[in-house]
Amino acid sequence: MARRTIKVDYLARVEGEGAFKVVVRDGVVRSAELNIFEPPRFFEALLRGRSHDEAPDINARICGICPVAYQMSTVHAMEDAFGVTVDGPLRELRRLLYCGEWIESHALHIYMLHAPDFLGYDGVIDMARDHGHAVRRGLALKKVGNELLSLIGGREIHPINVRVGGFYRAPRRRELEGIEEQLMWARDAALETVKWVAGFDFPPRERDYTFVALRHPHEYPFNEGRIVSNRGLDIPVSQYDQHFEELHVERSTALHSRLRSGESYLVGPLARYALNFDRLSPLAQEAAHEAGLESICTNPYQSIIVRAVEVLYACDEALRIIDAYVEPERAAVTVTARAAKGFGATEAPRGLLYHRYVLAEDGTIAEASIVPPTSQNQASIEDDLASFVGGYLDLDDETLQHRCEQTVRNYDPCISCATHFLRMNIDRS
Amino acid sequence: MPANRRRQILIGVGNPDRGDDGAGRMVVQALAGDLPEDIEVLQLSGEATDIVGQLQRADAAILIDACSSGAAAGTAQRFDVVDEPLPRELFAVSTHGVGVADAIELARALGDLPAVCLVYAIEGKRFDTGEPVSAPVAAAVPEVAAQVRIEFQQLTARERCDA
Repeated sequence: MARRTIKVDYLARVEGEGAFKVVVRDGVVRSAELNIFEPPRFFEALLRGRSHDEAPDINARICGICPVAYQMSTVHAMEDAFGVTVDGPLRELRRLLYCGEWIESHALHIYMLHAPDFLGYDGVIDMARDHGHAVRRGLALKKVGNELLSLIGGREIHPINVRVGGFYRAPRRRELEGIEEQLMWARDAALETVKWVAGFDFPPRERDYTFVALRHPHEYPFNEGRIVSNRGLDIPVSQYDQHFEELHVERSTALHSRLRSGESYLVGPLARYALNFDRLSPLAQEAAHEAGLESICTNPYQSIIVRAVEVLYACDEALRIIDAYVEPERAAVTVTARAAKGFGATEAPRGLLYHRYVLAEDGTIAEASIVPPTSQNQASIEDDLASFVGGYLDLDDETLQHRCEQTVRNYDPCISCATHFLRMNIDRS
Repeated sequence: MPANRRRQILIGVGNPDRGDDGAGRMVVQALAGDLPEDIEVLQLSGEATDIVGQLQRADAAILIDACSSGAAAGTAQRFDVVDEPLPRELFAVSTHGVGVADAIELARALGDLPAVCLVYAIEGKRFDTGEPVSAPVAAAVPEVAAQVRIEFQQLTARERCDA
């Protein structure tokens, strides 16, 4: 019952719980369907008629775990429309804010939601009785991410300091130095996390994914880059709609994203990692190799290791940014509204988050389109279930259900709380 | 604070933008400036890991939250959760109820539950976004605040006896 209330907590943003149905006939998986309900459609309508400068705070409300992603894709899209470039310390502060979000979001998923699957527990509370040291580390790691969000964003959930053009207030250098010690601890804890999760047993399952992520000339991607894939796609963000489409699927109120060629694709840590391994810091690369990962990982169960590597990178990157930080003269650059279209895509913890806006001359939003990562990954989740469940049919229903839930949780879907309550319907007749 | 003094915290949990869900935070606000300075007073959204982090650092904690058990709106219930888990079903309607119940159980599993841990649950009537707090819940707030004040007085007295 209590877990159901987690779902209620998300109800305003998720509208429902996850469910899936697997149909098996004569020992063969005929179909695997996942139904989830994505909230941003409400927001797209809500945004119409509002001013562009309200959008970062409205969109932050889409998600309590990754509000920074929604804010960042928003401001980049608006700045694209208005022809504004935000660079120097303000750009670095945006990356720093994103570091905080990756740390808290990934730590939450690794320790609280995903690790129990690998260690054979129903949830983190049971796991904590036997793995208290690890759970304490996860809680403390998440807290460092939250504190970074508070420091840059003004508060840890739904930050209030982000605006089109920069920030309302830029932190003083001494304020950033105040969190350095915690981040150094967090970097060590992240390294321990990589080693810890690398010791889990992973089902030997590989898939030939179409990975899609941002790629930047110099950086592991948070805020900027071209949209690339491992199949040769290499486009500016403004061409997203020409290559991807959202389809209504009858069984779900959520839209499914596919490449216009019809393929499903994968966004998120596995995709980012495979397409940007060379952009990770040396420490993160070394930790990944020591954990047994190649520069491309196609086993979705090992996404937990990749997430841990990304936490390590985020700590490393945050320390680099703080070390080099020079206080900006102004907290934001001047923005002048004009009638235009704007496109933005950034890397939410769960993957590519695309925004498109049509703006009137005074900066009022005429049209908004938001494509969250979980929406883009739905088809891929179903493909995983369809591909893998056939190999597990000898398991009893309870064990099979658990394995299916674990498979869904590989994606850290935004309904991850709800997927704890995944209703499974296996039709074996 | 004297070195041997235990860390005491008061946590009001809830979302003030969702009607009666903000009851816990209203109690905390009603007690502002009315408790000894060494009692740490917090208002939290109800996110479980956040609450666990606070419980881990406390020797005595009182949490105030809204609940929905079917009782009359404004009814306040007191739970000593040191020996018994918080009955989760009471918090099913709350936007964050799972946060408190899970946080307490996670703290317990880690061996980090404070030696004194009480939860006051105020029965809510409406939890819709943008709704004001209902009259029965608003009336219950000062009553619960008075009880919480007495709880802390008793804790302090007990502490002096122990010393």
